[in-house]
Amino acid sequence: MSAAREDLLGRVNKALAMLPERKPLPDWDAELAVARKLVEHRDAVEVFSERIKLVNGLAMTDAGQVAAYLKNGGWLRGYCDPELLPVLQSKFGAEFTFETEFDRTRVDDYAFGITRAAGGIAETGTIILNDALTSRRLGALAPWVHVAVVPRGQIHLTLADAVLALGDDRNVIWATGPSKTADIEGILIEGVHGPGVQIALVM
Amino acid sequence: MVLFRLMKTSAIDGFAAHLTQETHDAVYKSTKMTHEKRTKLLFDHFPNANRLREIAGDIKQHVIENLDTYLPQVEAKLQSNGVQVHWARTAEEANQAVLDIMRKRNATKIVKAKTMVSEETELAHFLEKHGVECLETDLGEFIVQVDHDHPSHIVRPIIHKSRREVAVCFEKNGLGAYNDDPNVITQRARVFLRQKYLQADVGLTGANFVVADSGRLVLVTNEGNSRFCLAATRCHIAMVGIEKILPRDRDLSLLLNLLARSATAQQLTVYTEFISGPRRPSQPDGPDEMHVIFVDNGRTDVLATECRDILRCIRCGACLNVCPVYRQASGHAYRSVYPGPVGAVLSPLLAKEKFPELADLPKASSLCGACQEVCPVNIPIPDLLLRLRDKNKQAHGPSAGTPPMGAWSLLASQPTAWKAAMALGGAVNHVPRVLMPAPLRKWQDYRTLPPWHGGEFRKWLKTRPQPKAKS
Repeated sequence: MSAAREDLLGRVNKALAMLPERKPLPDWDAELAVARKLVEHRDAVEVFSERIKLVNGLAMTDAGQVAAYLKNGGWLRGYCDPELLPVLQSKFGAEFTFETEFDRTRVDDYAFGITRAAGGIAETGTIILNDALTSRRLGALAPWVHVAVVPRGQIHLTLADAVLALGDDRNVIWATGPSKTADIEGILIEGVHGPGVQIALVM
Repeated sequence: MVLFRLMKTSAIDGFAAHLTQETHDAVYKSTKMTHEKRTKLLFDHFPNANRLREIAGDIKQHVIENLDTYLPQVEAKLQSNGVQVHWARTAEEANQAVLDIMRKRNATKIVKAKTMVSEETELAHFLEKHGVECLETDLGEFIVQVDHDHPSHIVRPIIHKSRREVAVCFEKNGLGAYNDDPNVITQRARVFLRQKYLQADVGLTGANFVVADSGRLVLVTNEGNSRFCLAATRCHIAMVGIEKILPRDRDLSLLLNLLARSATAQQLTVYTEFISGPRRPSQPDGPDEMHVIFVDNGRTDVLATECRDILRCIRCGACLNVCPVYRQASGHAYRSVYPGPVGAVLSPLLAKEKFPELADLPKASSLCGACQEVCPVNIPIPDLLLRLRDKNKQAHGPSAGTPPMGAWSLLASQPTAWKAAMALGGAVNHVPRVLMPAPLRKWQDYRTLPPWHGGEFRKWLKTRPQPKAKS
């Protein structure tokens, strides 16, 4: 493969050697990429809760609210991050079954998955997941309902702020609403490969 | 008659004429709607949206003009993140690199997110030929694959297909009895594909951006299929065109804001993934081995031409949605992986020795300029189309589809000949179509010849009321 590398880079060098001058890297003001009217003079949590609804996600602030919603939908068995279970379990009734191991041979047995999020983005209604805090990638993806526990203090006001805070985690995922497609005749369908219901539990 | 003989129907017109009304309407309506929503959202959120496009264009132009610096830089960064980097000059080398990685792992199953570069290299066909089960996981691409069809749009692969056609294809392929409810179709694909993800050893993706200063691969999907590929498998291969680089993380905020709005009129795509290496040991799911294959496949040739600006393209499809030609002709008319205005520039350039076969594409444009106006990286597509027309002319002389100007100039420079032609031309109005010369008859398959009005101006000039002389 190294011959391919030398050859390819050689071709790049040759093509660029012909240029009399090259375009400099533009410096641009970070403010340019902010939809300011969406976030101006507003509290990040408030904007986040509002914007997540626009992408058909849900924001809740109380675990009891989540329990009632799941019960109402008939989603009673699911996966829960083992570290979260002691915090949440008291709010869920005896009708719920939690598993703290995710068995990939029976992914469809989990109606919901509860995992920790790293934060959120108010401007876009986005939940930020990363490998350090998500106990199982599959647990946050395969079940029909995903509940992400979002730390209140980690909601960035703008997308630009969140980009600068990407950090050194090798796997950062921004999830903005439920998984969706409009491939067939432009008709919006939710729950394609990932969750059909995306809940942010802001705590 | 010389004129008629040389006036061939262009290939795109032929495709447009054979579209069913249903397909035509579907393509027309949904491209128009996406374009309108895109414009509203973009300018509503960013009153200065054109400034964003210009800066984003300058960033990408800077990258392609400095690839000699960025490619080694990004390679070093990826390697320090624990990623294995490969280089492929051609489609064959890129495909072979994937196969080699799979064989080393004794892997026989691969799941694939949507990547345009793997469409270029026809990776799925190649792998199937070598005994590997290779499954597309994007819903549209999956339908195209099981139906042995081709995508007709960069972002919406089955924009040309109705739900009835999809239902028939699912039934034929054992994916359930006929049902054309898009919800049912989607749920069936969900059930079928999640088992495939879990059985596969390798997940293949492209990358929308690769950031030089952090080594992050950025992937955007709405369905979450790429996330599933990277949650269920043990090895990640990313096939990436060499032009996909961005200099800094901070540039992402500009490009991500533009990409989602331009592609699907969304503020942000549902799943935006930032992958900079294999999983950490504490994470049970996902690849512990990661490869990036940088693919040339004609890009360095484009880099050496005056059309290199096309390498800025971020594959959003906005120029397809706004293009009056694409809206009428749909994607298959472009006979290549990239349809629409971007394809009219890129496809002939990437075709190398097959350039002449696609040399008509740069002419399939009215040069109205809408493509540049919507382009999130402000590519001067109309200029590039003109450069390609010129390139073709230099290489091959006057070509198919362009009526020769010789006969015209002869007529126009001889008053007697001109007058005679004007008078005789009227006969066309009375010749039944069957008696017309074959090329003119064919031309009229898709068009109506307007009634001949030649000579009217001279008549008017002679008989016009004389203006009164001013006193």
